Amino acid sequence: MNFRRLFLILTPYTWLLVFFLVPFAIVFKIALSDYAISIPPYTPQLDLSAGWEGVKSFFGELDFENFTFLASDALYYSAYLSSLKIAAIATLITLLVGYPVAYGMAQSSDEWRPTLMMLVILPFWTSFLIRVYAWIGILSNEGFLNQALMGIGLIDSPLTILNTNIAVYVGIVYTYLPFMVLPIYSALEKLDGSLIEAAEDLGCSRAQAFWLVTIPLSKPGIIAGCFLVFIPALGEFVIPSLLGGSSTLMIGKVLFEEFFSNRDWPVASAVAVVLLLILIIPIILFQRNEQKQREAGL
Amino acid sequence: MAQPANRPVFAPWTDPNEKPLIQFKNVTKKFGEFTAIDDMTLNIYRKEFFALLGPSGCGKTTLMRMLAGFETPTKGTILLDGVDLAPIPPNKRATNMMFQSYALFPHLSVWDNIAFGLKRSDMPKEKIPARVEEMLRLVRLEKFAKRKPHQISGGQRQRVALARSLAKAPKLLLLDEPLGALDKKLRQDTQFELMDIQEKTGTTFVIVTHDQEEAMTVASRVAVMDHGKMIQVDTPDRIYETPNSVYVADFIGDVNIIEGTASAKGDGKVSIAWAEGQPEISATLANGVALGTKVHFAIRPEKVAISSDRPEGKANVIEGTVHDIAYLGNISTYKVEVAGGRMIKAQVANDRRIARRDISWDDKVWLSFTDTAGVVLLN
Repeated sequence: MNFRRLFLILTPYTWLLVFFLVPFAIVFKIALSDYAISIPPYTPQLDLSAGWEGVKSFFGELDFENFTFLASDALYYSAYLSSLKIAAIATLITLLVGYPVAYGMAQSSDEWRPTLMMLVILPFWTSFLIRVYAWIGILSNEGFLNQALMGIGLIDSPLTILNTNIAVYVGIVYTYLPFMVLPIYSALEKLDGSLIEAAEDLGCSRAQAFWLVTIPLSKPGIIAGCFLVFIPALGEFVIPSLLGGSSTLMIGKVLFEEFFSNRDWPVASAVAVVLLLILIIPIILFQRNEQKQREAGL
Repeated sequence: MAQPANRPVFAPWTDPNEKPLIQFKNVTKKFGEFTAIDDMTLNIYRKEFFALLGPSGCGKTTLMRMLAGFETPTKGTILLDGVDLAPIPPNKRATNMMFQSYALFPHLSVWDNIAFGLKRSDMPKEKIPARVEEMLRLVRLEKFAKRKPHQISGGQRQRVALARSLAKAPKLLLLDEPLGALDKKLRQDTQFELMDIQEKTGTTFVIVTHDQEEAMTVASRVAVMDHGKMIQVDTPDRIYETPNSVYVADFIGDVNIIEGTASAKGDGKVSIAWAEGQPEISATLANGVALGTKVHFAIRPEKVAISSDRPEGKANVIEGTVHDIAYLGNISTYKVEVAGGRMIKAQVANDRRIARRDISWDDKVWLSFTDTAGVVLLN
């Protein structure tokens, strides 16, 4: 094996090692440690000056206590569950909103497509944080939405949307919509129009042709889009903490509080490790979907 | 080819009592300012293999898409079996189409592709498998039923598309450039296969093609189109032997076209003055022609004989020099320069080995043909 090839192969592995595996090992080690009032706020610390005895006592003090603690307290359990539920529902809503958008883009004439594509990507030009903040101005009791609804006489008193789960859904759907639209659009754009005509020619109504041909052929895009929304939404912290209320329970928020309010780094690390384990399953499924698509030559 | 005397000739278009399957009545189709089909009237009969032939953009695909229901005429009516097609959507028509791209569903197996239309029809569920098997046998693809379209060859995909469009036993099958994606050898085999299948199923076929050889091979009648108009609708042999215009003569096969001024000689004969100092071409024209009319004389290269000695007893003899020889294996085409720098092509079957050919470049030769070999065209 020549040096050039070795270098090419080693680069991604080194990257993974330095920026993923080593940090993960550190977090995992903290998860196995105990809380302590010190800097950093956990024990044991690896003391190499004590030699072999130091290493032995270091490993002797590591345990899975924090993980048992997570299992014993219903807060964590229900936070994970509630995160999964919120992420799943938000993904479904994003799909229902994103699919028609992508379909409309794919159906539009060639001259319009770049413009529409631009409009979908445009929000990325503003900071994510600012855009989520802006929703406070829209959704609050005195916000634009309530003012508009009251202005046209649809409601008498303002609706409470901000600081509820509804606001969290609005935030997630809004933020992650482009991640849903783009893969579905790219699948629909490749769709040969004569397939729909063939389906109609063979006796399908428009709706049947859509259901039997368009949907199955855009499936890889749907799956990719759903994972791209579901995975980050599961660990979302900014949206629930800015738009959600006190009753909104999401694991990202719990993680933040353990780290910065309680300063209990070991428990926070254990929460992060479990979150990662939960995410590994959809990530593997996502990779398999991508691989299958490549193999099918689509 | 001579037909046996007792065999009835298939020619429903000559029988005034025969009811056409498809009737185009003054159909016009416009896309904005562009006229794709211009006031067309056309009858297609049951069990015909009807070819629409023309260059791209002549309107042949538009005509087919109107039959399938993907386009609606701007003016005029199309009748299928006496019923106006206009209000019937594509999924309710008794027509099926084989697409140029085949349009096979990539997510479905060969079997499911063929069953697709049957499942949408009122055929009872338990009868579908038998029909699919029958179609697979017809196109000899029984072994490939479980494969996906991307796992079979182009020729096999073409046959799946054919089986799928025939599965619902349509009254009319539309084929849009069905063999365009196949290589030449496979295309020729498939042409004969198509004719076989058409005969076996008794379905009326309308085929769109820009390949004149393909149209001539498969069709019972050929319609030559240009700019949204039918130029000539006739049997392949009549299209070839008696084209009605310079356009048709030039579009189908190889042809020599000589411009000249005609004068009638009586009893259906005309003579055409085409170059000064040259004997006039003697030809036949049933209706006669006014003296001094500008005409085109069209003659196929294979009907022009070439010899190194002046032939005797031929109606037309023209002197010239061999300019070019194209050797095509089975035949050779001689390009002969005659009076006024005009080129006339003569084609000779190579029934002798090439070494013994007695005509070479720059030889003085004589071209000859009978007075019935060519056609006189007025437009």
